[in-house]
Amino acid sequence: MLEMKKNNIFISGDEAVAHGTRLSRPHVIAAYPITPQTITVERLSEMVENGEMEADYMHVESEHSALSAAMGASSVGARTFTATSSQGLLYMAEAMHYASGGRYPIVMMNANRSVALPWSIYGDQRDSLSLLDSGWIQVYVEDAQEALDMIIQAYKIAEHAKVLTPMMVNLDGFILTHTYEMVEIPEQEMVDMFLPKFDTPNKMSFENPKNMAFSSQPDDNTEFKYQQNKAMFDSIDVIEKTDQDFGEQFGRYYKGMVEEIMCDDADAVLVTLGSITGTVRVVAKQLRAKGLKVGILKIRYMRPFPEKEIMELSRKVKAIGVIDKDISFGYEGTIYTNVNSALSKANASVFKKNFIGGLGGRDITKAEIEKMFMDLLEGIDSGKQATVEFFNLKVETND
Amino acid sequence: MTNQTIDIPRVTAKNMTEKEFFYGHKACAGCGGSVAVRLALKVLGERTYSALPAGCMAAVGFIFPQMAFVNNSIITTFPGVASMASGIAAGAKALGQKDFKTVCFAGDGGTADIGLQALSGMIDRDDDVLYICYDNEAYMNTGIQKSGLTPYGTQTTTTPAGKNLPGTKTNKKNLFEIIAAHDIKYAATASIGYPQDFINKVNKAKHTKGATFIHVYASCPTGWGTPTHTSIEIAKEAVDCGLIFLAEYENSEFKLNKNPKEFKSVKEYLTKQGRFKHMTDEDIEKVIQHRDYKWERMRRNWSTKK
Repeated sequence: MLEMKKNNIFISGDEAVAHGTRLSRPHVIAAYPITPQTITVERLSEMVENGEMEADYMHVESEHSALSAAMGASSVGARTFTATSSQGLLYMAEAMHYASGGRYPIVMMNANRSVALPWSIYGDQRDSLSLLDSGWIQVYVEDAQEALDMIIQAYKIAEHAKVLTPMMVNLDGFILTHTYEMVEIPEQEMVDMFLPKFDTPNKMSFENPKNMAFSSQPDDNTEFKYQQNKAMFDSIDVIEKTDQDFGEQFGRYYKGMVEEIMCDDADAVLVTLGSITGTVRVVAKQLRAKGLKVGILKIRYMRPFPEKEIMELSRKVKAIGVIDKDISFGYEGTIYTNVNSALSKANASVFKKNFIGGLGGRDITKAEIEKMFMDLLEGIDSGKQATVEFFNLKVETND
Repeated sequence: MTNQTIDIPRVTAKNMTEKEFFYGHKACAGCGGSVAVRLALKVLGERTYSALPAGCMAAVGFIFPQMAFVNNSIITTFPGVASMASGIAAGAKALGQKDFKTVCFAGDGGTADIGLQALSGMIDRDDDVLYICYDNEAYMNTGIQKSGLTPYGTQTTTTPAGKNLPGTKTNKKNLFEIIAAHDIKYAATASIGYPQDFINKVNKAKHTKGATFIHVYASCPTGWGTPTHTSIEIAKEAVDCGLIFLAEYENSEFKLNKNPKEFKSVKEYLTKQGRFKHMTDEDIEKVIQHRDYKWERMRRNWSTKK
């Protein structure tokens, strides 16, 4: 193993993604600019221009074309990257199902941003969560370092022979994309050792010509979809193994599907996704110092979903709250729905609450998080029903 | 923008490969689109990636497990054929592949309507892709609905002719000039009724590096209400009566390849097709007037040298 040299630089989350992409050596980058993803594609363009990268940067005329072009390149066995956000991600929606059905292991960065109307360039997670069913592996990161590291891991996971599924790396718009942090840039040589060249039988070539992306009849379609679903489940082991290997080689292990923080003896646990985890860590530590038994479950992967981990958690805690920076109108937060499904399978008798907020970029404050923990602790053994609450709502309601 | 004018080996019926690249598909009898695909691939050869959006040729050629293309071929997103083909060309090039061609086969709706934006991007980037639009003048795959290339008077399932409407109310989009306006290296119009001309144009595009485009008129007995054995004949007649023109755009100049002194009868061409049967003499006169307007302009502005 190579000696690890420290190369720490002060960069934004977008730039960290660009470095992770550069180190992964994609052959083709196809992207269309959208705030707050733009810095990533600007840096990548510079890296291609100044020779730091050998990739072909395609200036496509839309997000739909960005993903279509990435699929085209992937269909001949090229490693590809694209990046988008919000409206752009939704404009890609058709191509997203297409890419996962075609088993093209494209890696995409998504800067989580609200969805119009009303227009908002600021962060929430309604964009990617509304596409949970598109067949992409979805990982959410907490900081810029994790963003860089997960791009590299994403290629290894997506391209694994048992997986061959595209993967989306989500980072919260502005909070992560535009905030500067110290980030360690791994050595190229070490990344090359970790991430082998992309090689797949699922490609067109002149040695072995193929007709791809075909039609299926009702007699075959379910079997194709069964295999696609199985690959997603098979990816769980690959995710764990890849993260462990990454940890051994680079010294940063993210704990696979979820990270449990102070959960072992916790009474009340808040479930988080993405950058909000950082703030919740601070509040939880403060409450712990006061003797309150609180913990955090940082969900890293929304697909495949960490069902096993949530079921296990439910057996040791008394209350579980879920923070959703999204809302499935007419029901509840999407993360909550998913968590709740796992809880019901575990026959869990925990107190539950869904906290919806932080939409369109509104900050979620430490005081609000503290109140969430207190609500959960008070709910234990209270006999109260599970509720869905928009927190810090500035309008009168008669709910 | 200049185009290479080196001599390229001519392909004719005599020296054309006997290999077939598109067979076993489920196209309708007399399908003009399949003729265009078959001929083009015989010119382009086996080192070709073909990309097809949703449409007739995709629907009839890739029904699992019966794949109809001998060469590498892929169905693309409907709006994204040009981008996916661009990605194929870029990916293959990045992997070090040489001496290959990427071609799109897209219908009139896939090209002039839903795929136009991606096509514009492909030409703008000058990606090394030949885009062939087989134009049967409606969305035939979905059951004969009006597209942007459906001509005036056509009866389709979404432009029924009746007391109040003549069928389609608009003329065909001027696709060829839309493409040329990008200052593309090479663009041409063709008809399966003039196969040698079409083959020559595919051959020229094959030997042109960068984005190229061919708009080929391809009959559809199912959608047009014509006998299946007259597909080639009727595609020729469309040119002979002046409703379809054969032209090229290269070196930033337009050139009419065929400039007949006299046109054959438009009325005869129209009335033998089910889709135009309802047309009144007045409607036919409108079609002729539009044809004459176009030809007057083309003859005035475009080169007519042989």
